[in-house]
Amino acid sequence: MKVLILFAHPAFHKSKVNKVLVDDLSELQGVTFHDLYEHYPEFDIDVKEEQKLLSEHDCVIFQYPLFWYSTPSILKEWQDLVLEHGWAFGSQGNELKGKLFFCTITAGGPKQAYQIGAFHNLTINQLLTPLKQTAALCKMITLPPFVVHGTHAMEDDKILDFKNDYVGLLKTIVDDKLDIEKVRKLDYLNHYLIKEEL
Amino acid sequence: MHEGGFFYQAFVYLSAAVIAVPVAKKLGLGSVLGYLIAGVLIGPFVFGFIGEEGQDVMHFAEFGVVMMLFLVGLELQPSLLWKLRSPILGLGGVQVIVASIIIFGSVMVFTSLPWQTALAIGLTLALSSTAIVLQTLSEKGLLKTEGGQNAFSVLLFQDVAVIPILAFLPLLAITEVGTTVGYESHTWIDSLPIVLRTLVVLGVIVSIIVSGKYLISPAFRLIAHTRLRELFTAAALLLVIGITILMTEVGLSPALGTFLAGVVLAQSEYRHELETDIEPFKGLLLGLFFIAVGASIDFQLIINNTGLIAIIVLGLVIVKLMVLYVIGNFFGMRMDNNLLFAFGLAQGGEFSFVLLSYALQNGVVTGTTANPLIASVAISMALTPLLMLLNEKLIQPYFGTKKEEDREADVIDEQNEVIIAGFGRYGSTIGRFLQANGTQATYLDMDPNNVDLLRKLGLKVFYGDASRHDLLNAAGAQAAKLLVVAVDYSDKALEIIETAKKHFPHLKIISRSKTWDDYFHMLDKDLHGVYREFSDVALRMAAEALSLIGYRSNQVHRSLKKFRKHDEEFLKQIVDSRHERKTFIKHSRQVIEDLEKMILDDIESVAKDKDLGWDITTIKEEFAPIIKKLKEENS
Repeated sequence: MKVLILFAHPAFHKSKVNKVLVDDLSELQGVTFHDLYEHYPEFDIDVKEEQKLLSEHDCVIFQYPLFWYSTPSILKEWQDLVLEHGWAFGSQGNELKGKLFFCTITAGGPKQAYQIGAFHNLTINQLLTPLKQTAALCKMITLPPFVVHGTHAMEDDKILDFKNDYVGLLKTIVDDKLDIEKVRKLDYLNHYLIKEEL
Repeated sequence: MHEGGFFYQAFVYLSAAVIAVPVAKKLGLGSVLGYLIAGVLIGPFVFGFIGEEGQDVMHFAEFGVVMMLFLVGLELQPSLLWKLRSPILGLGGVQVIVASIIIFGSVMVFTSLPWQTALAIGLTLALSSTAIVLQTLSEKGLLKTEGGQNAFSVLLFQDVAVIPILAFLPLLAITEVGTTVGYESHTWIDSLPIVLRTLVVLGVIVSIIVSGKYLISPAFRLIAHTRLRELFTAAALLLVIGITILMTEVGLSPALGTFLAGVVLAQSEYRHELETDIEPFKGLLLGLFFIAVGASIDFQLIINNTGLIAIIVLGLVIVKLMVLYVIGNFFGMRMDNNLLFAFGLAQGGEFSFVLLSYALQNGVVTGTTANPLIASVAISMALTPLLMLLNEKLIQPYFGTKKEEDREADVIDEQNEVIIAGFGRYGSTIGRFLQANGTQATYLDMDPNNVDLLRKLGLKVFYGDASRHDLLNAAGAQAAKLLVVAVDYSDKALEIIETAKKHFPHLKIISRSKTWDDYFHMLDKDLHGVYREFSDVALRMAAEALSLIGYRSNQVHRSLKKFRKHDEEFLKQIVDSRHERKTFIKHSRQVIEDLEKMILDDIESVAKDKDLGWDITTIKEEFAPIIKKLKEENS
């Protein structure tokens, strides 16, 4: 299975966690790492090129830091332009049908803050509703998100743990070894290994 | 055999150099050794192409040392020279004194020469060879290491020390030579009382510094305005020769004078230009000097006194090596730098020739003492490149600590990652933007007016023609990553690109192009980017025009980018097909046709709104009937 990571970080030069997460991902067999802000500094997204990339892959990942409970703006722009009617959705739009989709998110706050009644009052999964529905309209299979919480204060070795988990997950997907039915029931994709052992 | 004609001599010297130096370089011996070997070969003792006139050539070629010191000065900012004051005075002073005393002592112990002769020998042999050491160090790129800088400091001190030694030598006379023979520097100034003499000397030094700062730069500016390259070269030579005469007149070292002038001019905008102009002369003269040293080695004498000369050479090298090593250690040099320093300076120098013949004239030494010494000094000089090679290949790897990260950052050179050729309105915009983002570039410009203006505004712009590879080299092209060609003249831009591609293939190049023709030529050169100077501005203006008549800014902006991309792709296609065309007229006609086609294409389809995104025409088509149906059912 070929994986396409659409990475969006408007201030990557100031990033700490994402720098580690992203480092060398393009070296992984079967993974294409596509840095949107680097590729389109003026937001002039090449629709045909993006659609070609999507066609060549079987699993699409949005990787981004959470901004205002949503994606950085270029990822919204990307959706607006690339997911064309008659290509991605609609009666004739079947190009994305059956492909996997999930988000890899870094969030400053801890998981406890993203609960009903807590500081942010909504869970990550609730916040992802529009994206999940977008994927559904495009007939894709949505998986739970891979989330790195607490990036505002995180030790280096902890970041490396996340990095290892993430790379492990990507390799599992590339090798077609991910039990899709099983992981779809998970809260976060982070737990795919633990659940496997259970 | 010696036809004597100037051309014959020039032919012999030049062919010796052209043959021997590349061979020596190929063998990893360095150019200095190549020249020396060439000298030995053409000298009276091997092929005999040149005879005793080699001595005169040597005196003439010593001028190369003077030029070298000028160039070294140009590379040294005054602030850096001030930093070197302690190695120059401390290290240099201690080296000369200690080496003199030890050599003096050895001569006293091992020979029966009178103490006056021994002292003269000590003072003479304490000096090392500026020419050989600096040339070898700079060829190996070691001049800016700690060891290289210290070696330079010692040599500088020695150059100055020669003058008092020359004055002192006649006092050591042991045989009556009738009247004491004066050194050629004994001129009108010697008739002045000592106080006045000091004043004159000080005055000359001050005037060199002051005129270097306030007179020479404006003079060069005037000359640069004539745009006659050879005039600039002539002026640079005039400057060096003028200082040489002046310094000789007052009995000071010409090398010191030109060095000072060099330091003063190190901050001038004409620094790179001066460097490039003097460099070839220096190179040729130094080469000539080394050849002359090689040719002057008296093999007959050596064969007759093999044992004695071997002992002198060995003793000289070993004593100096040890003295230098101990002093270097005392001054806290690290192992590898200290080894370089000691091995580099362990020889007699060109001043030893001067001092020995002067001592001979003044009856301080006898001919039987002086001649083997002169031969030994020449041999020790010839051995220097070999000794340094020995140190580099055999000793350093075992004892040296090669800690690159410890090396002090180069303060002398302006070495930047980016070089901008052409610093007018166009190039300066690029430079300012880079600077605003914390990247300092090296700026080169050919227009003296512009250079002056920008210098006044505090920008470090260098005057010079970037299409000359030596100037690009002086601007640090060897270490730079990117060359931005922003010059105004198309031909010049292409010349610069050609030079850079040929001599610095590692450099990435981006270039400004003025006309379609330039653009095509530059695309052919396979650069990292070619920018048509008006295309972006014209498009921005066009976009603004549309906005002003009521189009939405976002739409116009997106259309602009789409248009630009299409435009560039189209031009590349034209370039690719251009090679098949035979004649120029046909070619230009085709360009016009292509342009027409492009414009018509645009009208047809390219910048149509639906390609700009957020198009819902088809969504409406698919869903409107369904929605209508739903409404009808409800009502």
